[in-house]
Amino acid sequence: MGALGKLFRTTAFKLTLVYLTVFVLFAVFLLGYFAFNTQRLFIEQVTEAVNVEVTRLTEQFNAGGIRRLTLIVESRSRRPGSSLYLVTSPGGDGLAGNVGSLPTGVLDTPGWTETVYRRIEEGETSELHRALVRVSQLPGGFKLLVGRDLEERDRLYKVVLDAGKWSAAAVIFLGLIGGFFVARRVLRRVDAMTETTRTIMGGDLSERLPVGSSGDELDRLASNLNEMLDRIEALMGGLKEVSDNIAHDLKTPLTRMRIRAEEALRNSRSEADYRAALETTLDESDSLIRTFNALLMIARAEAGQARGNMVEFDAAEAAHSIGELYEPLAEEQGLTLEVVAPEGVKVYGNRELISQALANLVDNAIKYAAPVAKADGKPSEVLVTARAEGDHLLLSVSDRGPGIPEADRSRAVERFVRLEQSRSVPGSGLGLSLTAAVAHLHGGELRLEDNAPGLRATLVLPRFGPQPQTHPDRREAVQAPGRQ
Amino acid sequence: MSYLSASSQLAKSPVTGDALSDQMGQSETMRLLIIEDDRDAADYLVRAFRETGHVADHAADGEEGYAMALDGNYDVLIVDRMLPKRDGLSVIGELRDKKVETPVLILSALGQVDDRVKGLRAGGDDYLPKPYSFSELLARVEVLARRRGGRNEDTVYRVGDLELDRLSHRVTRGTEEILLQPREFRLLEYLMKHAGQVVTRTMLLENVWDYHFDPQTNVIDVHISRLRSKIDKGFSQPLLHTIRGAGYMVRDGAR
Repeated sequence: MGALGKLFRTTAFKLTLVYLTVFVLFAVFLLGYFAFNTQRLFIEQVTEAVNVEVTRLTEQFNAGGIRRLTLIVESRSRRPGSSLYLVTSPGGDGLAGNVGSLPTGVLDTPGWTETVYRRIEEGETSELHRALVRVSQLPGGFKLLVGRDLEERDRLYKVVLDAGKWSAAAVIFLGLIGGFFVARRVLRRVDAMTETTRTIMGGDLSERLPVGSSGDELDRLASNLNEMLDRIEALMGGLKEVSDNIAHDLKTPLTRMRIRAEEALRNSRSEADYRAALETTLDESDSLIRTFNALLMIARAEAGQARGNMVEFDAAEAAHSIGELYEPLAEEQGLTLEVVAPEGVKVYGNRELISQALANLVDNAIKYAAPVAKADGKPSEVLVTARAEGDHLLLSVSDRGPGIPEADRSRAVERFVRLEQSRSVPGSGLGLSLTAAVAHLHGGELRLEDNAPGLRATLVLPRFGPQPQTHPDRREAVQAPGRQ
Repeated sequence: MSYLSASSQLAKSPVTGDALSDQMGQSETMRLLIIEDDRDAADYLVRAFRETGHVADHAADGEEGYAMALDGNYDVLIVDRMLPKRDGLSVIGELRDKKVETPVLILSALGQVDDRVKGLRAGGDDYLPKPYSFSELLARVEVLARRRGGRNEDTVYRVGDLELDRLSHRVTRGTEEILLQPREFRLLEYLMKHAGQVVTRTMLLENVWDYHFDPQTNVIDVHISRLRSKIDKGFSQPLLHTIRGAGYMVRDGAR
């Protein structure tokens, strides 16, 4: 019953029931209308025929008296399928006709009457028939009754009623069967989809919903859901990759820390040894915290949670401020740091985050350009610029370091990716991805370009705040335009 | 100790016993109330503050903390943001409504800028995200306690023979005028305002540069060494000291 109950609750089945009811009601109305009109027509014909006969017979009576009338009535009565006739004397005795018995009083009411009767040849016990009769008074106290049997009409009623009953039964039966099959077909497909979604919810994201070839609404729904699943699978894949990387980058220093502690416990002799080991442990935990914070920040920036703190601020001032913060470091590292930013370049955004993103870029530039400058034996320049271009603010940091090969640029902004050459430089590997996340938060992008030689990293931000748009795919947005 | 130099760029140096005693030697006794539900963390803080010569009480939930803060005469309240019975921000709000102006430092696992802003708006005076180092906490608490004393609003700061005039922006050491960049001036001003107290790198970044993020490289150190070369170079008595594992301090006299 459970499966059947499910079938009856389907939308397809309910719709079938509704249609069926409407159809049956319509059929009943149609048949009723047909029956009513047929009956009216039948009665009209009967009255007309009877009237004509009454007129003729009356004429005959007027011309030839009662004798002639009885003769004609007798001869007509004997014809097969004849009308009903009865002629009575003023005393009430039947003189001629084919009507045997009538209920009393019928002959006393002139005009039209619907009554029952028996034919003259039928016995007292036989069945009564129905008839429509007209009684007319003739001169001399004679009465003439002419009528027609109504059996035909009743048969018609019966036929119509039967037709109605049977066709309704057939319609309901066929409708239910049809509804059952349609519902079962739909239910099967929906069940298949449900089954698949359960598998997917169970964790197998590679499963896809079955899509038929009919291109109907269920197929469209299924293929849309499949597209959604593709997207979810891609996102989950990305997430998994990221968490694997996180696990790796957090586990590596944790392991190192643990080994150091263990080693200190095993080998240390003096207080100084212990102290040294503890200090190293603290250092490592600090760097872990730093990594962790950066990850949280990226997550929050990507989730768009920092949108609330956006204001309009002077980007040139922010660029100068970051430049000023890093200038002594650059100088110490044998570089010059210059900021070129015309006053009054305004941008709408989160000042703290944009400053941090810019700081990351400057920090990177110094880190990578410094060894090159040292090797060359002459200072190279790190250039920070802020300028407006159309609706966008371009904050860029150019250096004369080794740069990033074009093929690696889109990878460089991914979390924890540290290109081979950067392994020797300290850092969490999160700087560029944090910067890219900040750019996306503002509806902008991070471009990495060739500075020939070196790298030019540009934050492209909409000057009037993030415009409403769909989430740009991370990788697409950070793709560096090719520069040959 | 080669590992130290290898890691000094990466992270702030850790607290050491020396550093703590350095910090301790300079400050007066403070009365502190720690409202924190994590028993271990609270015990550690109480012990550490006592070891550095301060008096610390502990309340384990918001209600108790509120009652104690209302009655007790504390110099600084250290309030965890998430507390049982009553959350930290509402405790602070209620205290401020009752005109209790004791400086409050908020400790919180929520370390983002907007959380910080929310905390300060609720009446907190400083905000320290977890996990924190004790030296950072101690430095900040000392600054808060000192501020309560209402000192250091003078127009001229003096440490030894170093003089900083906040109105004319002139800095002199002995008879010699020292020319500073605007930011160097603000750096020195902040250090001298808190003369005798440890000022951490994060505090400098927050108060002098108004940045609340963590620059990957320790840019502050380079600014300090530049400033040091301007005010200490050529003088026998150094005034700008590095407190290992904690930060910096401007202080007169030998250690």
